[in-house]
Amino acid sequence: MTATLDRPTAAATGSVVGAWRAVWLRVEGRWTWYRRHWTASLLASGLQPVLFLAAMGIGFGSQVRPGPLTDGVPYLAYVAPTILVSGLITVGVTEAGLPVLSGFKWKQDYWAVASSPVSSGQLFGAELVWIALRLTFGAAVYLVVAAVAGGWTSAGALLVPPIAILAGVACAAPVMAFAATTKGDGHVFAAVNRFVVMPMTLFAGTFFPVERLPLPVRPLAWISPLWHGNELVRGAALGGLRWWPALGHLAVLVALLVVGIALGRRAFQRRLVV
Amino acid sequence: MRSDEAIISGTGLVKRFADFEAVRGIDFQVRRGEAFGFLGPNGAGKSSTMRMVSCMSPRSGGELRVLGMDPDRKGPAIRARIGVVPQQDNLDLELTVRQNLQVYGRYFGLTRKEVRAKAVELMEFARLTDRADHDVQPLSGGMKRRLTIARALVNDPEVLLLDEPTTGLDPQARHLLWEKLFQLKQRGVTLIITTHYMDEAEQLCDRLVVMDGGKIVAEGSPAELITRYATREVLELRFPPGDQHAAVDKVRDLAERVEVLPDRLLLYTEDGDAATTRAHDRGVRPISTLVRRSSLEDVFLRLTGRTLVD
Amino acid sequence: MLSIVDNPRRTAVLQRVLPSGSYVGLARRLVERSALLYARAWVVLLSGVFEPLFYVLAFKIGFGALVPAVTGPGGLRLEYAAYVAPALLVASAMNGAVSETMSMFYKLRFDGLYDSVLATPLGTYDVAIGELSWTVLRSGLYAVAFFAVMAVLGLVTTPWALLLVPVALVVSMAFAAVGMVCATLLRSSAQFEYIHLLVVPMFLFSGTFYSIDVYPLPLRWVAELSPLYHGVELARGFSTGVLGTAMLGHAAYLVALTAVGLYGTSKRIGRLLLN
Repeated sequence: MTATLDRPTAAATGSVVGAWRAVWLRVEGRWTWYRRHWTASLLASGLQPVLFLAAMGIGFGSQVRPGPLTDGVPYLAYVAPTILVSGLITVGVTEAGLPVLSGFKWKQDYWAVASSPVSSGQLFGAELVWIALRLTFGAAVYLVVAAVAGGWTSAGALLVPPIAILAGVACAAPVMAFAATTKGDGHVFAAVNRFVVMPMTLFAGTFFPVERLPLPVRPLAWISPLWHGNELVRGAALGGLRWWPALGHLAVLVALLVVGIALGRRAFQRRLVV
Repeated sequence: MRSDEAIISGTGLVKRFADFEAVRGIDFQVRRGEAFGFLGPNGAGKSSTMRMVSCMSPRSGGELRVLGMDPDRKGPAIRARIGVVPQQDNLDLELTVRQNLQVYGRYFGLTRKEVRAKAVELMEFARLTDRADHDVQPLSGGMKRRLTIARALVNDPEVLLLDEPTTGLDPQARHLLWEKLFQLKQRGVTLIITTHYMDEAEQLCDRLVVMDGGKIVAEGSPAELITRYATREVLELRFPPGDQHAAVDKVRDLAERVEVLPDRLLLYTEDGDAATTRAHDRGVRPISTLVRRSSLEDVFLRLTGRTLVD
Repeated sequence: MLSIVDNPRRTAVLQRVLPSGSYVGLARRLVERSALLYARAWVVLLSGVFEPLFYVLAFKIGFGALVPAVTGPGGLRLEYAAYVAPALLVASAMNGAVSETMSMFYKLRFDGLYDSVLATPLGTYDVAIGELSWTVLRSGLYAVAFFAVMAVLGLVTTPWALLLVPVALVVSMAFAAVGMVCATLLRSSAQFEYIHLLVVPMFLFSGTFYSIDVYPLPLRWVAELSPLYHGVELARGFSTGVLGTAMLGHAAYLVALTAVGLYGTSKRIGRLLLN
């Protein structure tokens, strides 16, 4: 042992990287996983909105005559923008739920990251960026498929993917925060799906106007992030979007995202640094 | 030892959780290049101490310096220079052996080229080269453990923290692992090990502290501790459970100390064979007798009145 | 459905037919275990009742306004909600059966539950039938709830509609039996996605929301392979009271699938655990 005391070990080769680089390195780790398992995450990667477009937009839509309920346009054009928002929110919330809990509890890879120089806040950021990247990929595929199917009627359609991605990430962030505080076996996410995501998908203006709801329950649709996303994309794709309402809807989504990030960073810190 | 010579030093270190105090004011120093052990039963506060040292858990009180830095303020900088082997393997089972090493290495700011080379070197060290591009999932427990240790070495750490490194492994896998840890020690890596296995502590540790109930109850090298808290030899007299009590009075003056366990008596003495003969002369008839050298197990029994692994 | 395991005469017959030792008539023990677990997660179970309520309401007030009337079995003109509700009832039985049997993957690979079960007198068919019975029982509860919602919303117009519940049970049984085989074939939880990759399109394209007549002929054949399609056709027939001989074929398809699935599950569990 004296030899090593005279000749201390060479300094460690690890170093602390900048915050954004740390986020990026974790995303890179996720990409390594994804390259190996991408076939097993096709639905989460964007196939799901495409399937809904085919079933509801084209199949069901074949029975719908354009009219006042569809803003006077064919049903496919009416739902093409909103099905993407709804689909990306569903995917975002799903990815932010059980997989995040698993990172703490079953897969436990978050604990491995916590023992590296990457901090809990950077880990949270990376997981959110990763979800955003997958939503982006899904949105790109959808943009093309919907174009081929004839779902877009104007160049405004190009605004649909960014808005839908924003809505999806804005919903994913608070769910990640929630998942980081969950201790149980994940049954609670089935409840989130049943009582929040599913009713939101059905009633927040994705498939039919919110005005079909009885007046007393309409505010429930108005507070849902999906409705704000739907209003934005439909306005962008079909025209008729006015500045002030648009800024309002956008502000709601951005606010949700900001609050979600703040909560998520705190929740990750509390779970990992104890 | 002055604390500024120490690579890690704790003074009055406390860890409190909502409802209980896991670590209740401990002092310890670890020198560069030594193998230092925390020995104690489950629940003694070893893992809580380890998590504080590895900067994954803020202390509730006292002082702690790791590589001369305060973990509360320099956590990432410290973690960049240490390696952590947790009690439970947290490998990514859905990646290959090689990918586990490469992905983790990137978190330490290593370049792609560096992690590629490092992964090859570490797989060689962990004897996993022939499994390089296989999934981790089907590997045996010993292989997974070696991979976890290899992963902790990806940044050439100055200190390697190992929490119960061989718990749950079969004897062969344990010996292979000890050999690997010994190699690291020879390279000058400071090892900090928690264990509740006596043989492991004796094999690996230059110095250790015995913990019980969140406190340090003794400190020294394995040999020092045995000299201080036990005799050279131990005579074990095994009886049918319950019958051992009757023999206690007959043998009490044959040893410096007698411990009564559920199925046997332990006689602490300098000369076990002599004590055996004399016990026999006094008509003590155990089922079996055994003379052995004292171990850390005896030290622990002496210090706490309990055995380590119940 | 539980009579399969509770009726001693039936048990005796099964014991004679099945390989010796693989079925000892104790499958109900596994059902009891599942029921015990679920009693703790009763909120989840209860919440399953709200799902049909949301769906049927959405179709009544929303989708129904877009499509005032559609052509149902036998050329019958129907309001859209009445057309979709029976299909959703069996689709929910399918979803319940799939998610329940997927949890078998965890019991099999992580919990080691069946290792300990098979160390008792219970055999592989006890495991298969036990898990199947529980899944079907649970689906039955949901189907009754769904039916109640339909009745309250005025979508039950003929006594034949009472048969929707048994149809849901048969669909659940078929999916559970096949789902169990899949659960034993999976190797990682990431592969669950393959199951969803089958189930989601099946849910969307099996004539649930519109008649498969809108597809070109080759696509229609694909849709007719879907077990859910046969369940939907059965359900829609009973719900409208328009019966036909084709319904015997639909039922036979589902029963055959159940038998194949049960046989496969028992074989797979045996191969995984009894080597």
